[in-house]
Amino acid sequence: MKRWLGFYAVAFFAFLHLPLLTLAFFSFNSSRFTKWEHFSLDWYRAIIRDPQILEGTWNSVVIALWATVLSTVIGTLCAYGLCKRNSRTPTGALYLSLVTPEIVSGIALLALFQWAFRWLHWQLGLYTVVLAHVAFCIAYVVIVVSARLRTLSPALEEAAMDLGATPWQAFWYVTLPALAPGILAAALLALTVSFDDYVITSMVAGVDSETLPMVIYAMARRGASPVINAISALITVVFGVLILLSERARET
Amino acid sequence: MKLRTCFLLPAWLAMALLFAVPFVIVLAYSFLTRGVYGGMVPPWTTESYRRLFDALYLAILGRSFAMALAATALCLLLAFPAALFISRAARHRNLYLQLVMLPFWTSFLVRTYAWIFLLRDTGLFNTILLSLGIIHSPLPLLYNDGAVLLGLVYGYLPFMVLPIYATLERLDPALAEAAADLGARPLTTVWHIVVPLSRPGIVAGSVLVFIPCLGAYLTPALLGGGRTVMVGNLVQNQFTTARGWPFGAAVSIALMALVTLVLVVFLRRESEPLA
Amino acid sequence: MPPILELRKLVKHYPGQQAVREISLAIPRGSFFSLLGPSGCGKTTTLRLIAGFEQPTSGEVLLNGEIVNHRKPYERNVSTVFQNYALFPHLTARANVEFGLKRHRATDIDRRVREALELVGLTGKESRRPAQLSGGERQRVALARSLVLQPDVLLLDEPLAALDPKLRKQMRVELKAMQRHAGVTFLLVTHDQQEALSMSDGLAVMNEGRIEQVGSPEGVYLRPSTRFVASFLGAVNWISGAGIRPESVRLLAPGDDTPDRHVRGVVSGSVFLGDCVQVQVRLSGEVDAVAQLPRGAALFQPGDAVQFTWSAADEITFL
Repeated sequence: MKRWLGFYAVAFFAFLHLPLLTLAFFSFNSSRFTKWEHFSLDWYRAIIRDPQILEGTWNSVVIALWATVLSTVIGTLCAYGLCKRNSRTPTGALYLSLVTPEIVSGIALLALFQWAFRWLHWQLGLYTVVLAHVAFCIAYVVIVVSARLRTLSPALEEAAMDLGATPWQAFWYVTLPALAPGILAAALLALTVSFDDYVITSMVAGVDSETLPMVIYAMARRGASPVINAISALITVVFGVLILLSERARET
Repeated sequence: MKLRTCFLLPAWLAMALLFAVPFVIVLAYSFLTRGVYGGMVPPWTTESYRRLFDALYLAILGRSFAMALAATALCLLLAFPAALFISRAARHRNLYLQLVMLPFWTSFLVRTYAWIFLLRDTGLFNTILLSLGIIHSPLPLLYNDGAVLLGLVYGYLPFMVLPIYATLERLDPALAEAAADLGARPLTTVWHIVVPLSRPGIVAGSVLVFIPCLGAYLTPALLGGGRTVMVGNLVQNQFTTARGWPFGAAVSIALMALVTLVLVVFLRRESEPLA
Repeated sequence: MPPILELRKLVKHYPGQQAVREISLAIPRGSFFSLLGPSGCGKTTTLRLIAGFEQPTSGEVLLNGEIVNHRKPYERNVSTVFQNYALFPHLTARANVEFGLKRHRATDIDRRVREALELVGLTGKESRRPAQLSGGERQRVALARSLVLQPDVLLLDEPLAALDPKLRKQMRVELKAMQRHAGVTFLLVTHDQQEALSMSDGLAVMNEGRIEQVGSPEGVYLRPSTRFVASFLGAVNWISGAGIRPESVRLLAPGDDTPDRHVRGVVSGSVFLGDCVQVQVRLSGEVDAVAQLPRGAALFQPGDAVQFTWSAADEITFL
């Protein structure tokens, strides 16, 4: 049985990873068909020459950075405020926001913005996307930071206050630094989740705020293209490097 | 303490403004009618909810439910042995876990697109089968229920592995040894000892997979090619056509109710004390 | 001069529980004082009331004769060594010790930190983080971190509980030496009677939220004022209302003459403990008693008839 389990595991991991690996592999193919001809970087050159992709990437980066900073700050404070508290309501709302189907969040936010715009004469744009992303990133940040908070001894802050720190100083000098690896991990999760989101973004993005996932989606709807393969490979590598960096940060 | 309360304020504000208020608006819209000049106007009506019971929409709801159920079952079937393997691995456990987590960190959109690339008429599978002479014209692998199911399973598989692994890891290895010692063959041990004891993980994993599958939008939109419509696509359709907002809102509320129901039922069952 | 720390009718209620019931206590300046009691007796709550982590339901905490009830933990000149030390994991040993000084905007931080680390014997390990220190070393950091602030009272919450038994005995001696050297008043909370007896100048025995007895270690051990105190501090044989500690007992052959009090009995078993022997004796009236004898003493076999004797002066009686 042990041996069968081993064989199974190989197949399992192949199923999990081979699709992405072949995807990346064929991004270096000179032909646009799934038959290997010879090595070429043409599809990567096509990315740089495509203004839509470049603009989408820029928008995605701007949105993801804003959403990450805002949701990390709000979420970290929230996780800290929630710990040692018995009230279940805020946590309940957060979990509910996590299980809400993306499409429902998307239309709900669209409905909110449309409704608000009846009085404020604004338009959908980058900032509506940022707000929407903050809304769903907070829950992720709270969960990751809370997990880290639970590993900290409650005596830590008492010790700080005992040594003369005010509650604010205890938070700033003791809890926050001790939480740093968790906060970093949370920020990274928020960054990837925000950068990747298509469903909610597509509902609340304005005409001038097309993001990279929206560009990819539009292309994918028209069928596969080696250019998407190339973008996909790049995204995967960049995310991978970010994860590695955060793992290293966590170890030190 | 005061400081902690202050710290909760931004989150409260954000959740109220970006979650509670939109939800209330959607709830209101679901009881309104679309006006001639746009905007939702009275009369208040339950018309949208009654439309949910049209055979057409009931079928979509039913299909979504069946899809999510099938995806959950498949994930469970695939994930359990993998979790068992990792929990019993003598070395490299962390590496295996990270290999499971890795797709979770890469883009969901990219992972879904990978299957378009593999399954399309000129995709990898058809190309290989054609060049081996097994088939003579490409198989219609993409744009059907099967492709959507595959996409869902592939997308949410890690959510099933991790909770099951977490319970298996806490399991005392002496239990399996005791079963073997009492004469149980390995499969018997797994079925009668390991599976029942990992129930909390199985339940948690199933909820984590079932809920996003039920409300899935991206996977059916990309891999179903517009033919397979799940609830998520129905909502999106209604909101992109001008007259559909009230009905789209009603479908959203129904979907939320379903999700909450599943969550409550499962969580209550899970919190039952284990025998 | 007022006592350095005084508790007046201190009461702490929790929902459905009375943790501390009217404790009054005065602790002399510069002494090593212990609160001894079983777990759940309210001793840790008392400590937290003194440190300011909890607010008393009623009663007063006085430091240097001044009521400090309303003061926050960071406004009281007391410092706590926590049970698991609560060292800041992201800071080095030195930075942990500096922490309090910086909050108090102290001058001459370098010298004071160096002296504190010297006092606890940690010189050379200043730049290690808590995770890189052994259990004993962590405790030394925790001590240095508090002592460097020269608190009026140093509160120690089961400080030795996390150490292994051998290190624990060594640290008892060192703690006592540090206290003398630093001249700071120590208030130790423990459930280990040996710990309390061996280190303290004075101690209070607590039970169910009340103080049962206050006194010197000898006084409390030899002249306990309640049955609870007598039993908690060591084994006791209760024979017709009087308590006799096993080490006060001598066993004699049935025929021997003795001026002391004596009861007849039969040996039912014995246990060799290395430095002594414990002999179980069944006394007339079906009472089981224990005698602790030096290893060289005349030995009896199970079944031997003996006289169970003790001197009247060693009897524990309550008025």
